[in-house]
Amino acid sequence: MYVFGYRLPGLSSLLIWGLLWEIVGRAELTFFVPPLSEVLRTLVAIIGTPPFIKALSETAYAFSGGVFAAIVIGVPLGILMGRSRLLDELLLPWANMFLSAPLTALVPVLMVLFGFGMKAIIITTALFAIWIIILNSRAGVRQINRSLVEMAHSFGASPVDAFFKIYFWAALPEILGGVRIGIIRAVKGVIIGQLLISIVGFGALFELYSANFLMAHFWAVLLVLFALAFSISEFLAYLERKVAYYAAKR
Amino acid sequence: MAMSQTKRVLTPVENTPTEIAVSARNITKNYGAVEALKDLTLEFPRGQLTSLLGPSGCGKTTLLKIIAGLLKTTSGEVEVNGKAVTGPGPNRAFVFQDFALLPWATVLRNVAFGLELRGVARSEREARAEKYIKDVGLAGFEQSYPHELSGGMRQRVGLARALSVDAQVLLMDEPFSAVDEQTRRKFQEDLLSLVQNENKTFIFVTHSIEEAVYVSDQIAILLPRPSRVSEVIRPSGFRNKGIDNIRRDPEYLDIVDNIWASLRSYVE
Amino acid sequence: MLKRSFLLKLLSGVIIFGAWEIAGRIPVSYAFPTFIDSMIALFRLALDGTLFTAYAETLEPLIVGVAISTVLGIGLGLWIGLSKFFDWLVSPIFIVMQSAPLAALIPLLVMAYGIGLTSKVFVVCIMAMPVIVLNTAGAVRHTPESIMEMCRSFLGSRTDMLLKIIIPAASPLIFAGLRLGVSAGFIGAILAELKITPTGVGDIITFSRSIADYPTMYAAIFSIIALAVLFLNLLEMAEKLLFKGNDLGYVSD
Repeated sequence: MYVFGYRLPGLSSLLIWGLLWEIVGRAELTFFVPPLSEVLRTLVAIIGTPPFIKALSETAYAFSGGVFAAIVIGVPLGILMGRSRLLDELLLPWANMFLSAPLTALVPVLMVLFGFGMKAIIITTALFAIWIIILNSRAGVRQINRSLVEMAHSFGASPVDAFFKIYFWAALPEILGGVRIGIIRAVKGVIIGQLLISIVGFGALFELYSANFLMAHFWAVLLVLFALAFSISEFLAYLERKVAYYAAKR
Repeated sequence: MAMSQTKRVLTPVENTPTEIAVSARNITKNYGAVEALKDLTLEFPRGQLTSLLGPSGCGKTTLLKIIAGLLKTTSGEVEVNGKAVTGPGPNRAFVFQDFALLPWATVLRNVAFGLELRGVARSEREARAEKYIKDVGLAGFEQSYPHELSGGMRQRVGLARALSVDAQVLLMDEPFSAVDEQTRRKFQEDLLSLVQNENKTFIFVTHSIEEAVYVSDQIAILLPRPSRVSEVIRPSGFRNKGIDNIRRDPEYLDIVDNIWASLRSYVE
Repeated sequence: MLKRSFLLKLLSGVIIFGAWEIAGRIPVSYAFPTFIDSMIALFRLALDGTLFTAYAETLEPLIVGVAISTVLGIGLGLWIGLSKFFDWLVSPIFIVMQSAPLAALIPLLVMAYGIGLTSKVFVVCIMAMPVIVLNTAGAVRHTPESIMEMCRSFLGSRTDMLLKIIIPAASPLIFAGLRLGVSAGFIGAILAELKITPTGVGDIITFSRSIADYPTMYAAIFSIIALAVLFLNLLEMAEKLLFKGNDLGYVSD
């Protein structure tokens, strides 16, 4: 978007929406939308408080646990599927299925199996993230340029050399792409898990705020969550662009 | 066209007063701070094929798209039949480098698409499209889809589409660069007979020196940064010796060599 | 070839369901019924009709929400793709929504719209809409330049450009966006039933869990996942059939 020859930065229109929010809030059209300025004041007030820090750290713990598990299991499994046809044919239908299946429905099962706590949330997070990581790692290994592999063999590379010097690097852009989407899904998973198992993290905080009709508090937490999620996703996209330069030119 | 051919045998081409179909006058085109074309003037004789030849980045496609009315000039103007170009018009038809076929439409609809956009009734436009499909040698493929055809066949569809709107000027943007070598040779021969038989003006962008010399009545050499016409060459001697003899004609070989000599220093 | 892949699919099914059966027999947990018990419970639910009345309830917000998201989402997406100003103004919202955990809005929606159908439709919409909008806008923006130039050079009007070039060229991606939207809509519908009020399949899940009737609970979850996967596969097949060869044929190969 250009105005008088100046390029407006990508997300600058959010300022206009923020202004609109402030106006709607000031006009007191609805009790559920307090003015943005009030939300921001509340945000500053609660951001250092123990309940908020506790919710954030619990969420961060569940999130990183789930993502770690998804990467550690997902990437090797995906690479193996890309290399072994039998494994691929056995597992691919399931990976594809769970990629688009409504995993939310599994949360009650995780709740009865692993209890109403952190463990169930971590597993929910991992379940949300893992399938795309598997599928992308598999796709990354499978699309490696044949002539690159043949080049390695013709110059006498050992299988170990070929794996670490060719396969891993050639598949890296896809693997990272999968990890990025997986992490975005994990953010959604960790919140869905907390909402359904609403005694830890932000789930508990939401219960507290909505029970007491603390609208500004509620929006403040939402803003923090959305901003965090967006920053994570943009940061990962930035990292992915850094390796994408050779992804396009294989 | 047949007339002008006989005329050319009698008198050297340079002295023949030919009618000008398209003229580009003092064209300048800037992309921001980059000068793509600078003060370029060139005339295109009616009923003949003019090639725009030059190294990549010399603005030959930009010039063609300006003539087509797809791009606006920064200054200067293009006239077709004495009228200034302000946008695309019915007197010009474009043949695209990447064919620009609709992947979701059959060959028949693709060929008839130009007429469809002009509001020609379905039965009439399909009848005309069928004629041109036959002319370019694709009879029997009317109901095929582009992805079922080879690259060469796809470009025949693009050509039939351009012919079916019956424009006086045909603008061809490296039309054969995406087809294989043998198909390209066949295309070049077909193009020569097309120029002979249809009384149309052809403007042909290419980066192949041999192709330009082989098919052209007039070759405009464009040099880059910023683009201008450095030279206009009009081969005269071999045009009427039959298509089989062109490639070993001494004049043909000399022109190819000379062009290479002048372009060589611009190739990285 | 075909036979081998079919046999392997069968085999992988047998392995997974077999593992489920064995894990249930051990049992790994008091709350882990065997595969066979769960399937029996599923048949019982189907036979006494509970399953179908439940699905009628579950699918209502899903269908209404997806329908609204489709119309609104494609409309907005086309507008974003066509207008630079509207793109600048509106797409940041959907980009943020795309990465944001929108489920967190549910408690707020419940406060604002109560626990009825409106809230549930809303949940489905906020889940399904961003991907539909962004896919449509992206598809419009990536209409191949050369066929747009072709349309202009053959004197196509703006309406021709939209109806004969942009929309047909964008439709495979728009359809793919719809499929992803439906997938997200399923998540929303189930989330709504588990979080807002237990109705339909969510009711079966919640109720059977509370009385520790685990086979029934697993059967209900199995059925909703199977339904979603089946429906999404059907959409994918329709997509392949409808747009066969559409992504080919732009450039020479």
